[in-house]
Amino acid sequence: MKFNAMTAIAAVLFSVPGLVAADPDDDNLVINGEIEMTTKAEPPAHLDGALPEIMSGWHFRSDETQALQMDDFDNSGMIFVDEGMAQWNTVEGSEEKSCATCHEDPSSMKGVRASYPKWDEDAGEVQTLAMQINDCRENNMGAEPYGYTSGKMANMEALIAVQSRGMPVDVAIDGPARETWEKGKELYYTRTGQLELSCANCHEQNYGNMIRADHLSQGQINGFPTYRLKNAKLNTVHARFKGCVRDTRAETFKPGSDEFVALELYVASRGNGLSVEGPSVRN
Amino acid sequence: MKLSTLTLAATVVAGAALANPVAPADVTFDDYGAVTQSLSGQPGDPENGAKIMKTKSLGNCISCHKVTALNDAPFHGEVGPTLDGVGDRWNKAELRGIVSNAKKTYPGTVMPAYYKTEGFVRPGNAYTGKAPDGPLDPLLSAQQIEDVVAFLTTLKEE
Ligand code: HEC
Ligand code: HEC
Repeated sequence: MKFNAMTAIAAVLFSVPGLVAADPDDDNLVINGEIEMTTKAEPPAHLDGALPEIMSGWHFRSDETQALQMDDFDNSGMIFVDEGMAQWNTVEGSEEKSCATCHEDPSSMKGVRASYPKWDEDAGEVQTLAMQINDCRENNMGAEPYGYTSGKMANMEALIAVQSRGMPVDVAIDGPARETWEKGKELYYTRTGQLELSCANCHEQNYGNMIRADHLSQGQINGFPTYRLKNAKLNTVHARFKGCVRDTRAETFKPGSDEFVALELYVASRGNGLSVEGPSVRN
Repeated sequence: MKLSTLTLAATVVAGAALANPVAPADVTFDDYGAVTQSLSGQPGDPENGAKIMKTKSLGNCISCHKVTALNDAPFHGEVGPTLDGVGDRWNKAELRGIVSNAKKTYPGTVMPAYYKTEGFVRPGNAYTGKAPDGPLDPLLSAQQIEDVVAFLTTLKEE
């Protein structure tokens, strides 16, 4: 017993030098020389001390990758914002409408990304931005819904996110959203798969540490959709969740499932106070 | 399935004196998480153990641990402590217990249990994200655990 305790102390001492070497950096993210981003912030009260500070995933990337997000000409995610713009103006479906028919300029979407997922009174459920987009397509346009993690969905999310760049994430977790939030929290701390790992195991207990060649971040979603150098496309939140759950050798949940919607609300709330960054650049 | 075929072959070669591997559910851990009995009944091969530790599709141990002796493989992680000198800190039975199911030694540890096949939440079919199509194999076989343990016992500072 005493032996175990001593080993545990030794283990902590041994891992400290590595931890310092891989710590998140102190760089500042200013986009196009003008939009100042809050990439580190006081943790929201509901985190109950689980994190000393909340940090954007941007801090955990290399200087080269970070630089790609500092200027829209270098940010490949912006190409998809343009594609989203074309979609915005395209008339589709039985009602012969486009997004622009009802919402005019996409600047009308300012603030939207920052508050989603949120409780929808009529639907009686928490809705993600993707669900709202498809709700509009199906019920207001008479058009086919986008695939939940499809390229078209990612483009539209990027277009809507960019309207809120720099605004603090501010999702509501009280009132009717509370139950969904609690469910998301439970999922966040559930150790899944044959590797028995939870989100918290990697992103709360081990952010700042390397896991093989990967520098673990806090797994925040303020930067979504993210342009990843690894697959050279925009990636949606639920696709990322799916990848992370799969990596625990677990049977994943489906994108758009109640479970992932709840998890998205919970993970978004862990980033309340960080700037909306989408589309961000990651590796 | 593959595991038992291999064992059968080994039994035929070595004759009746050879013990069957201890099934994952039958491993006996002592109060501190150590496992005295060899899982395969065969000595471990430290060289193969080193290979298992470096290989992503096998142990992938270096994704979380730094091991100077394995520096020929790139990218050692830091989720766990360095394993340098681990052969001084733990004896063979203790190391076997930690590799088989580290949660018996360190309750709540993030380290996966390499010789365990039941009691998981939403286990999948390896890294496919899909449901398993039959009973799970342990992450490593009995002999692979013995090989890894044999390598770990060589990690001494002096
Ligand atoms: C026929 C009208 C109509 C069309 C076309 C339409 N919407 Fe909407 N949209 C609405 C209405 C009405 C609301 C607010 C009420 C609600 O929640 O249903 C809304 C809400 C939204 C919201 C949430 C805004 C907020 O403040 O919560 C988003 C995002 C949105 N729409 C995106 C889209 C997109 C993207 C398209 C096209 C792909 C689209 N809409 C097409 C009528 C429309
Ligand atoms: C085995 C470790 C591991 C587990 C468990 C894990 N992740 Fe991840 N996750 C990673 C790695 C590695 C990355 C890529 C580097 C980074 O940004 O942390 C990542 C990235 C992410 C990102 C992208 C962050 C960004 O800034 O782009 C999100 C979001 C995320 N994870 C959420 C989750 C959630 C939610 C869970 C649980 C359902 C989870 N992860 C479980 C390892 C893990």
